Amino acid sequence: MKEKVNAILEMYSHSGRDSLIPILQEIQEQVGCLNEDAVVMVGKHLNIPTSKIYGLATFYNQFRFEKKGKYHIQACNGTSCRMNGSKWIIEYIEKNLKIKNGQTTRNGLFSLEVLTCMGACHLGPVISINGEYYAELTPVKLKSILDELIIE
Amino acid sequence: MDAPYTNTDHSFFTEKVIPNLHSELPPDIYEKLFSYRHERISKPIIFIGITTSSIVTGALRTYDAIKNYIEENTLNADLVRVGSLGMCSFEPIVEVQLPGKSRVAFRNVSADDVPSILDGALNNFIQSDIALFQYPSSILELWPDVPLMTEHPFFAKQNRLLLRNSGIINPESIIEYIARGGYSALAKTLRQYTCDSVCKTVEESGLRGRGGGGFSTGVKWRKALAFPTNERYFICNADESDPGAFMDRLLIESDPHRIIEGIIISSYAISANKAFIYIRNRYELTVKRMETAIKQAYDFGLLGYNILDSGFSLDITIKRGPEAYVCGEETALIRSLEGKRGMPSIKPPYPTEVGFNNKPTVVNNVETIANIPDILLNGASWFANIGTQNSKGTKIFSINGKVSNTCMVEVSMGESLSTLVELAGGVKSEQVLKAIHLGGPSGVSVTPDEMEVPIDFDELISKGIPMGSGGVQILDETVCMVDLSKYFMHFIRNESCGKCIPCREGSNRMYQILDNISRRPYSNEGHNTLERFKGVIHLETLAEVMKDTSLCGLGQTAPKPLLKALKSFRDEFEEHIFDRKCKAGVCRDLRTFYIDVDKCTGCTACAKKCPTNAIIGTPRSPYFIVEEKCIGCGVCQTTCKFAAVFFK
Repeated sequence: MKEKVNAILEMYSHSGRDSLIPILQEIQEQVGCLNEDAVVMVGKHLNIPTSKIYGLATFYNQFRFEKKGKYHIQACNGTSCRMNGSKWIIEYIEKNLKIKNGQTTRNGLFSLEVLTCMGACHLGPVISINGEYYAELTPVKLKSILDELIIE
Repeated sequence: MDAPYTNTDHSFFTEKVIPNLHSELPPDIYEKLFSYRHERISKPIIFIGITTSSIVTGALRTYDAIKNYIEENTLNADLVRVGSLGMCSFEPIVEVQLPGKSRVAFRNVSADDVPSILDGALNNFIQSDIALFQYPSSILELWPDVPLMTEHPFFAKQNRLLLRNSGIINPESIIEYIARGGYSALAKTLRQYTCDSVCKTVEESGLRGRGGGGFSTGVKWRKALAFPTNERYFICNADESDPGAFMDRLLIESDPHRIIEGIIISSYAISANKAFIYIRNRYELTVKRMETAIKQAYDFGLLGYNILDSGFSLDITIKRGPEAYVCGEETALIRSLEGKRGMPSIKPPYPTEVGFNNKPTVVNNVETIANIPDILLNGASWFANIGTQNSKGTKIFSINGKVSNTCMVEVSMGESLSTLVELAGGVKSEQVLKAIHLGGPSGVSVTPDEMEVPIDFDELISKGIPMGSGGVQILDETVCMVDLSKYFMHFIRNESCGKCIPCREGSNRMYQILDNISRRPYSNEGHNTLERFKGVIHLETLAEVMKDTSLCGLGQTAPKPLLKALKSFRDEFEEHIFDRKCKAGVCRDLRTFYIDVDKCTGCTACAKKCPTNAIIGTPRSPYFIVEEKCIGCGVCQTTCKFAAVFFK
């Protein structure tokens, strides 16, 4: 992990605070999530207090501090999906996998991310598992999808 | 066709076309340029719309299927990716154009349908039930029994100026944009206008910011231009974060060069040499298309040092926004670009004086920028003739919710709100229109009797309706207004930056109050009941305080949906509070499912479908539902063939 972060920081040598967000985005993309070590390293590199970076990273929705699961579930909670019942989809996931938004199951199999809009408003409720979309879901459909993944 | 342009094309454009863009082209060059418009063709072309919304419906699978079909049959045909026509419910849309025949569009083409449709279409036979429309043309032969695009009810009432190229041209190819008159506005501006006269033209045209504020764009530019400094910045705000708004995303994905041309002209107007495009990180395809477009513009000498020999230089950088709703506000967006938390700051000083890096900065919405090339090309008076007295031009709306056809439409200012419902084909069958919601979490729900208001910044404001950025949700009787208000308040609670206490704590408290009235009481003891009423009494005062004391638009407008809903749908709130009932059946804590003992045959269908195994009993005798286990999803009700499941 440290080598990856170092390689990213090298690309951003001689840069100021305005490259803080791109650096964090890059780290998250390559490592999968942010963690204490990475934040400290970035702080030393840019000469910004670690607390400030942590404050910034928790402010924005994009940054996560838990590694993504094997199956990363993105659930849409846009207005349209909500009207068509995304509430129950998200609740079903939370209840059955025992994870909340931004968390990963203990066995590292599933992680959940609730989004505000995925741009597929005519097919709500929509979720995407590792980039594969599942549209017009009901808790029953979702159950069979998750069961299949668990068996795998 | 996958390569955007070949070497021979490249030199033709950089040597012959681009230096002459400002004037009329010589006939031979015009003729060659015209050939890139796919109108006079020598071999069949198949177009497929690939955007974020169509990918969800499986457009990429359809694309692969068409590719396979062409390879298997060794067809001499081109396959071209285009953007979105705005008809999201009919996606994936595939269009076929045969030599000498007009271009015809097919709807909902799944990968399995590809062979049958293409077999027919390539042999001059089309099934008219899946054909959506055909493009009007005076030189090409028309298909029988297929409506013309201009007569199709979806297009007839629209005024597609900004969406003119959307869904028709390949967004990954700059030459198709140039072939349809692109970048000539830029050439004209750089040759004939000074910075000041561009500002003046835009001011005279009456263009107002489309992000929701409605501030005059020309005035904003002039302010930045008048501020003495050696460095200015231009920022294109593509951080579209309203849930249910996808206009900017589709606009960029379908016609990115229009935005780039707009940005170059806008930057020239305020004499900025550096421009940023702030796009949400989540919009992967949008970012990719924009990157491709910017690279092509650099290749063609339309960006970079000394653009078109005018002495004006510009660099555009894409910044990926790390997702925060409040970053749609311009001061917060600038903080985010500087690598800080996206928190709004007090205005004045306005960003047009002290913005990014403490230099004058202009932040404009994508849709505003998309208007610029046409205004400069056709003049201020042309633009001022469209629309109403105080709101000029057109407005793009993305219509979704409980609607037959989710779509993106562009209408002239001055059309009534009910036109939007019409364009989307109204609510789904057997349902009654309840309201339409404009402006997302800071907008309001408009009841059907108020819908004759024209779309106009001032008219709408006078009725207490904000224009918003263009996201429109259609609500029917199955939508609960308490739940919708709760949803928006929950959204604000999550997205509030936390700077102002009234917004941070107020939104949380309001969410709690709404949550209290939409769930079962923990107990029926006096204290619990009192809490419910106490909260409701405070709701209106709390909303007023939040409105008066918050710094930015997020906090000021956050109580709006709730206040309007309280006014228009008071009975629904009262029903929740006093009777503990939700007519729409959405507030699931207030509904309890029961099985009618007389109707239940014990077929076990519901018990098998129940995700939480809450339905128990023995086969062939009536089942019953365990209340504690029930999550109220309603699956049993939809499953039951005997209508034995009901809720109170």
